[in-house]
Amino acid sequence: MAILVEMRKEELMIEQPEVNKEEVYQTKDLNLWYGDNHALKHINLDIFENEITAIIGPSGCGKSTFIKTLNRMVELVPAVKTSGEIYYRGRNIFDKNYEVEELRTRVGMVFQKPNPFPKSIYDNIAYGPRIHGIKDKKILDEIVEKSLRGAAIWDEVKDRLKENAYGLSGGQQQRLCIARCLAIEPDVILMDEPTSALDPISTLKVEELIQELRKNFSIIIVTHNMQQAARISYKTAFFLNGEVIEYDQTNKIFSTPSDKRTEDYITGRFG
Amino acid sequence: MLWMKGVFNMSSQKYAATLSVQEMIAKKKRQRKNWSEKIMPVILQLTAIISVLTTLGILFTLLVETFAFFKDVSLKEFITGNTWYPFSEPGQYGIMPLISGTLRITGIAILVAVPIGLAAAIYLSEFASDKVRRVIKPVLEVLAGIPTIVYGFFALTFVTPILQKIIPSLEIFNALSPGIVIGIMIIPTIASLSEDALGSVPIAIREGGLALGATKLEVTLKVVLPAAVSGIVASIVLGISRAIGETMIVSIAGGSTPNLGLDITGSVQTMTAYIVQVAQGDAGYGTTIYYSIYAVGFALFIFTLIMNLLAQWISNRVKEDY
Amino acid sequence: MKLIDQEQVIRRMKPRLFRNTFFKYLFLLATGLCLIVLAVLFGRIFIQGLPYLDWQFMNSLPSRKPEEAGIYTALNGTIWLMVVVVPVTMILGVGAAIYLEEYAKKNRFTTFIQVNISNLAGVPSVVYGLLGLTLFVRTFAFGKSVLAAGLTMSLLVLPVIIVSAQEAIRAVPSSFREASYAMGATKWTTILRVVLPASLPGILTGSILALSRAIGETAPLVVLGIPLFLAFLPNSVFDEFTALPMQIYNWTSRPQDEFHALAAAGIIVLLALLIVMNSVAIMIRNKFSKRY
Repeated sequence: MAILVEMRKEELMIEQPEVNKEEVYQTKDLNLWYGDNHALKHINLDIFENEITAIIGPSGCGKSTFIKTLNRMVELVPAVKTSGEIYYRGRNIFDKNYEVEELRTRVGMVFQKPNPFPKSIYDNIAYGPRIHGIKDKKILDEIVEKSLRGAAIWDEVKDRLKENAYGLSGGQQQRLCIARCLAIEPDVILMDEPTSALDPISTLKVEELIQELRKNFSIIIVTHNMQQAARISYKTAFFLNGEVIEYDQTNKIFSTPSDKRTEDYITGRFG
Repeated sequence: MLWMKGVFNMSSQKYAATLSVQEMIAKKKRQRKNWSEKIMPVILQLTAIISVLTTLGILFTLLVETFAFFKDVSLKEFITGNTWYPFSEPGQYGIMPLISGTLRITGIAILVAVPIGLAAAIYLSEFASDKVRRVIKPVLEVLAGIPTIVYGFFALTFVTPILQKIIPSLEIFNALSPGIVIGIMIIPTIASLSEDALGSVPIAIREGGLALGATKLEVTLKVVLPAAVSGIVASIVLGISRAIGETMIVSIAGGSTPNLGLDITGSVQTMTAYIVQVAQGDAGYGTTIYYSIYAVGFALFIFTLIMNLLAQWISNRVKEDY
Repeated sequence: MKLIDQEQVIRRMKPRLFRNTFFKYLFLLATGLCLIVLAVLFGRIFIQGLPYLDWQFMNSLPSRKPEEAGIYTALNGTIWLMVVVVPVTMILGVGAAIYLEEYAKKNRFTTFIQVNISNLAGVPSVVYGLLGLTLFVRTFAFGKSVLAAGLTMSLLVLPVIIVSAQEAIRAVPSSFREASYAMGATKWTTILRVVLPASLPGILTGSILALSRAIGETAPLVVLGIPLFLAFLPNSVFDEFTALPMQIYNWTSRPQDEFHALAAAGIIVLLALLIVMNSVAIMIRNKFSKRY
C-alpha cells in the first residue's frame, strides 16, 4: 500500500515484532479544535491489528477526544473542527464518500459508563444486527448467544434474556455493552475508559475479557489507570496537552521511557 | 472460548448462519433504500411549522374579520365609545364597557388569588414539611385541572346564593361571584410559579439570615421574598392573563349587560362573554354583529399577548440574576 | 462597651417568635383554604348530582323533561371528538417535539418556533374558537362537525403536548444515543428505536394530561356553534355532534333546579372521566420512572 510507504516510521520508533501485521489505523497530522480550543495537535499514530493499544495521559490531555475521532463520534459535539487524515484500513474516514454509519459498523465502541438500552438483555444484543436489517429469529438467537458467550456473560444471563438490562450489576452491564458491540462482529473495538465506573472485581473480569478479545479484534483502549495499561496492552501511547509525547511497546514505555515527561507521568509526579 | 468471525462453532446445535454478520449487514444494505433518513427531518420540520401556522392563522383570521368590522364601525368609536349596544338599530360599538367588565372581574380575581396563592407558595416553600407538601401539591394540581365549566356551575349555583345572603342587593348575575371563582381557579398558577421562584433562591442566602438569629418569618419576608420578587410578579401577570381570557365562568355567572362603572353587584359583560353570547345566538354570517366578535377577540388577544410577553420578560430577567 | 445588649435581644425574642408562629399558621390556613374549597366543590356537586346519576341517565337522549334526560349523545360526542384529537395531536405534537429536540439547529428560526409555542399556550381558548370558526367551519366548510371541532381542539392542546413531549425526549440520556450511533445506526433509526421507546412513558403521561384538558374545554365549542342540544348520534367525523361540557353548559343555563341537578350529574361523569385519565397518567409515570 502506498500509504504504508509514505508513513515516516522512524519518527514513531516502532519496533515491529511480527512482520505480517497490518495497520488498522493510520493518522496523519490530525488536528482537532473544539471552537477555539486546540484539543488534538499533529497526531501521527499507526495502530496495528490484533493488538491492544493503550492510550494514557492526564485528564484533559485529549485521549478521549482522540478515540472518539477514530469513529467520528466526536462530531456529535457542536463546533468541532478537524484537519489532517485518519486512514482506517487504507481509506480516509474524513472522505466525503465514506459514510459514517459504515465506519461505525466496522468499528465498535465501549463507553466509560455502562450504557445498555432500557430494553431486555436479548434486545440489547440484537439491536445492532436488527438496525442493519438482520431480522431472522434463528440467526438473531445465534448472534445473541455467541456475543454473550464472547463477552463471558452468557452463563450469568442465559436464563433471563427477556429481563430488563438494568437489573444487572454495573460490571455485568459493561460486559453486556461489550457483547452488544461484538454482535455486529466489528473489526476494531474502541474502549473509552471502560472500567472507570466499575469496582475492582468487575474491573478484573473486564480486563480478562479484553485480553481474550485481543485474539480476534484490534482493541484501542483509553485508560486513566496506568497499571491497567501495563497489565493488558501491547503498545502504549502517552498523550499530553493534545500531543503524542511517546508511543512505543508498553514494556518499554513503563521501564525505559525516552521522554522526561512520560517518566514524570508514570512515576506519578503529575496527573 | 473460541471466537471465529462468521463461523458458529458451538457443537451441539445446527446453525442457520453461514455468512459472517458483517457480510450479512453488507448484503442487507445493498437491498435497502434509505429514503427515511432524508424525508423524515422534512416531515418533522413540517409538523413543527404547524405551530407557526397556527399563530399566523390566528392573526390572519382576526385581522381579516376585524377589518371587515371596521368597514361598518369607525376605529374611533370602537376604542373611545362608552356604549356597547350591538343589538340596537343602529348598533353602538364602544368596547369600553366590555373592557370595564373584564377588568372588574379580573381585579376581584387578583384580590382573591394573590394573597392566598402567595401565602400558599410561602408556606409550601419555607414552612411545610414534606408530608404536608405531598398533600397540598396534588390538591393544587386538581384545582388547576378542573374544567372551567365546572367552576362556572359552582359560581352560579353555590357561590352566588351564599353571597346573596351576605349582600342582599346582589343580583343573580354579578361580577363578584365569577371574580371570586376565577380567583380560586388561578390560585394554582400563582402558587406553583411563585413557589418555584422562592425555591430557586439559594439556600445559602437563607442560612446567612438564620445564622444571625433571625426567625424564619423575618428571613422569608426580608430576604427570600425580595430575592424572588420578579418570579412572583411574573406569576401574577400570568394569572391576570388567564383571568382576562377566562370565558365560561363569566358567561355562566357574570351576565350579559355591558356597562361602565365600578359596580360589582350587578350584571356585567366581559369581552369573552360577549363572544360567547353572539356565537350562541343567531347573528347571521356577514353581519356587523358577527364581525364584532372578531374585533373583540382581537382586543382580547392583544391584552393576553401583552401580559404573556410581560411575564416572560420579567421571568427571563430573573434567570440572569443568580 | 458592648454594642449589642444580649439581654435586650433575648427579651425581644419572644414577640418575634410569636409573630413567626402566628404567620406560619396564617400561611397554613390560606393553603388549607384551597383544600376546603376543593372539598366543598366536590361535596356540593356530588350531593346535588348523585340522585340523578343512574343507568338511565347514562343511556338517555337529552329531553325537556329532567327525569327523562340523559347524557348519551353528549358522552358519545366527546368520544367522537377524541377520535379526531388523539391521533392529530399525537402525530403533530410528537413530530414537532422530535424535530425541535433532535434535528433543529440552534438558530433564530428554532428559537422563534419555541417562543411561538410558549406564546400559543397562553392564547385564550375562546380565540382558538374564533380561528376554528373561520378556518374549519367556514373556509374548509366542515360545518359544525366533529372534524371542525376536533381540529380546533387539536390546535388548542398542541402547544402543551409539544412542550411535554420535548421534556420527555430531553430526559433520555445522551449515552443511549451515543451507544446507538456507535453501532452504525442512522439518526432516524436511533430516534425510532431508542429515543422514542425510552421517552414513550413521559410522552404518554404529558399527552393524557393535555387531552384531559381538551375533554373539559367548552369555550371553543360554543364559539364554533356546536349545538347545545342534539337528539341523534354522529355517524362520521363530518356529522354534527354535541359534547359533554356543552350538555352541562346547556343544563346550567336553565333556571330550574332540576336541570342544575342534571348538570351536577353530568359534571360527576366529566370529573370521573378526568380522574380516570389522570390516574392512568400517574400510573404510567410511577411505573416507568427511574428505570435507568
